[in-house]
Amino acid sequence: MLKKRSLLGKPAVQTLLSSLLCIVLGVLVGYIALLIINPAGAGEAVTDILKNFWNYKKHATQMKNLGNTLVKTAPLLMCSLSVLFAYKVGLFNIGAAGQYVAGAGACIYCAVGLGWHWLPCMLAAVIAGALIGSISGVLKAHRNVNEVISCIMLNWISLYLVNTLLSKVKNPTSPYTYEISKQLVVEEGVAKTVAHTEALLPQIGINSLFNNNKYVGIAVPMAILFAVMIWVLLTKTRLGYELRATGLNKYAAKYCGMQDRFNIVLTMAISGALAGIGAAMFYLTGFEEWSVTQSSVPAMGFNGIAAAFLGGLHPVGAIFSSFFIQHITDGGAQLNKQVYPAEISNLISSLIIYFCGFVLFFKLVLNKWLDRRFEKRMAASQKGVSKS
Amino acid sequence: MILLLQYTLVFASVLMLVALGGCFSEHSGVINIGLEGIMVFGALGGALVMSKLPAATPAVWVVVSAILAAMLMGLLYSLLLAVAAINFKADQTLVGTAMNLLGTAAATVIVKAINTSANPNNPSATLQYISAKKAFLLVDGYEFNWFMPLAVILLVLSFFILYRTRFGLRLMSCGEHPQASASVGINVFKMRYAGVMISGLLGGLGGLVYITAGVSEWKFENGVAGFGFLALAVMIFGGWKPMRIALAALLFGFFRALSNVYTGFDLLSRLNLPSTVYNMLPYIISLIVLVFFSKNSAAPKAEGVPYDQGSR
Repeated sequence: MLKKRSLLGKPAVQTLLSSLLCIVLGVLVGYIALLIINPAGAGEAVTDILKNFWNYKKHATQMKNLGNTLVKTAPLLMCSLSVLFAYKVGLFNIGAAGQYVAGAGACIYCAVGLGWHWLPCMLAAVIAGALIGSISGVLKAHRNVNEVISCIMLNWISLYLVNTLLSKVKNPTSPYTYEISKQLVVEEGVAKTVAHTEALLPQIGINSLFNNNKYVGIAVPMAILFAVMIWVLLTKTRLGYELRATGLNKYAAKYCGMQDRFNIVLTMAISGALAGIGAAMFYLTGFEEWSVTQSSVPAMGFNGIAAAFLGGLHPVGAIFSSFFIQHITDGGAQLNKQVYPAEISNLISSLIIYFCGFVLFFKLVLNKWLDRRFEKRMAASQKGVSKS
Repeated sequence: MILLLQYTLVFASVLMLVALGGCFSEHSGVINIGLEGIMVFGALGGALVMSKLPAATPAVWVVVSAILAAMLMGLLYSLLLAVAAINFKADQTLVGTAMNLLGTAAATVIVKAINTSANPNNPSATLQYISAKKAFLLVDGYEFNWFMPLAVILLVLSFFILYRTRFGLRLMSCGEHPQASASVGINVFKMRYAGVMISGLLGGLGGLVYITAGVSEWKFENGVAGFGFLALAVMIFGGWKPMRIALAALLFGFFRALSNVYTGFDLLSRLNLPSTVYNMLPYIISLIVLVFFSKNSAAPKAEGVPYDQGSR
């Protein structure tokens, strides 16, 4: 007897449905928070968050702001790829934040301090991220250190290391580093900056689509390409199969002759590299400079966790979920600050992660219900057959 | 020197309280990564009470109400983890991470909303409690406070509850082999709820202690700067045992205190290390410690595994 699967029974549909449910619940609780703060403008405020760049009337301004959101979506997508890649191998990479920080430190220092071209700067970020990631991997594989804890410690260690490193290329008049388009040179003991635009990521004409937003460039298509590559790596290659097998059952994988320890280290290194590239994609656009006095790890890596789970732990899903998370995060800035705090959007995205924890249970209940309905129908149709 | 001692004791009591909280939760079988968020909420409860109480309130009343508020907020917030992890079998690491992000975001939103409703031109996330904080100090001019004796009492109490009462031993059995516990009539769900809620109480109190450590206002955008995670490291270093946790907390507290006061020592300031080195020190040490103590992990066997009545 062939069991025909209804549309609701398909895993992809279920994943999409549960992600949408998480979003609806997250936005709903955010809306309730807005209502409590000030009921008069809450409805308007929540639509402002969800509209983000559509709040602007002129098409040109809309496109420019969409561009700004995309600039930050690319690194977020890389961080979420980093998290989901590790998760597929059974590792919870909460250290994407620290690996991102390490990548940022490496690429900014190489660009401003050493005056490198953007590509080697990006490679430096890859290496830095991979290095931090593989420390957690080695500790997990060889010393049985829980990767969550070691990642958290490394987040802070990398933050302070990068602050120390980047204070060498700090602008003396502000807490920030020099712009990425400048190079710091010391001539006869006097430090000065010279223009150095080679470190900026190329725009390859994409910026013209977004009202010449100079920050939009190669990073966006590159990040999407990486998402596809990760999907291919995980599902279509032998390495991906081995990694997933190690994640599902370390002992079984070892028994089959796979190198479980090596695979764990490799996974964390790749994850770290992805987060590192993300940092290079962001800081090499010159959108923002690094503040060397910051005392908390940038939220990008943590939002990556949100995007990874909201995207149903699928690389292609992550593309859309990253955009959505960044979209509402930027939407928070549209609020009237005298009434509503911009952090409402952080509240919504953290609630979305929280609700993602219930996805497994939701799918379980849904499948049980589907099975029961299917059995009832079968019973009913058999009754019909026996009668006639 | 006295300064270093003060801060060591302050930070050690924070770490010890929060780590003890984590210890209860993990012994019941639930990993509590969300301690950071619980601390933030506890701190929020305490700070709100301290900043809103009228100045004429007697000192004893300030101390008691702030502590109760912090513990209550921590308890309520920990229910988010309990419901998700125990009833809905959610991934505990994911939920804990969400709680950490949510804690800082929600606390910032709440404080900003309160501040802006009082004065629209003040959209900051800072709460001040200068006069109320004085009520906690034992000796004028020093940072020795009521929390230190309280922390010691709670330490002894925790030890006693875990190892000398029927409740504690049952709680620990649920973290080792919940199915076996259930087979002798222990309600695993109730025990795990108790474990998580106790971690909420202690974590919330720890948050309050942290924001009164040498400062009298708190910027909630900063959360608690990774202290919840440090407490997790203390708990692991302490081998999930209260007395060893206390010693570990003292050690970690010492290194954390060093980053606050190292400029006061001739030898250390002459080394001319950047201040970030001292900031990094507690984390580096905990990483090294983990390298040596994780091989033969003393972690509760069933921690992080949702309780499934069907699998025996």
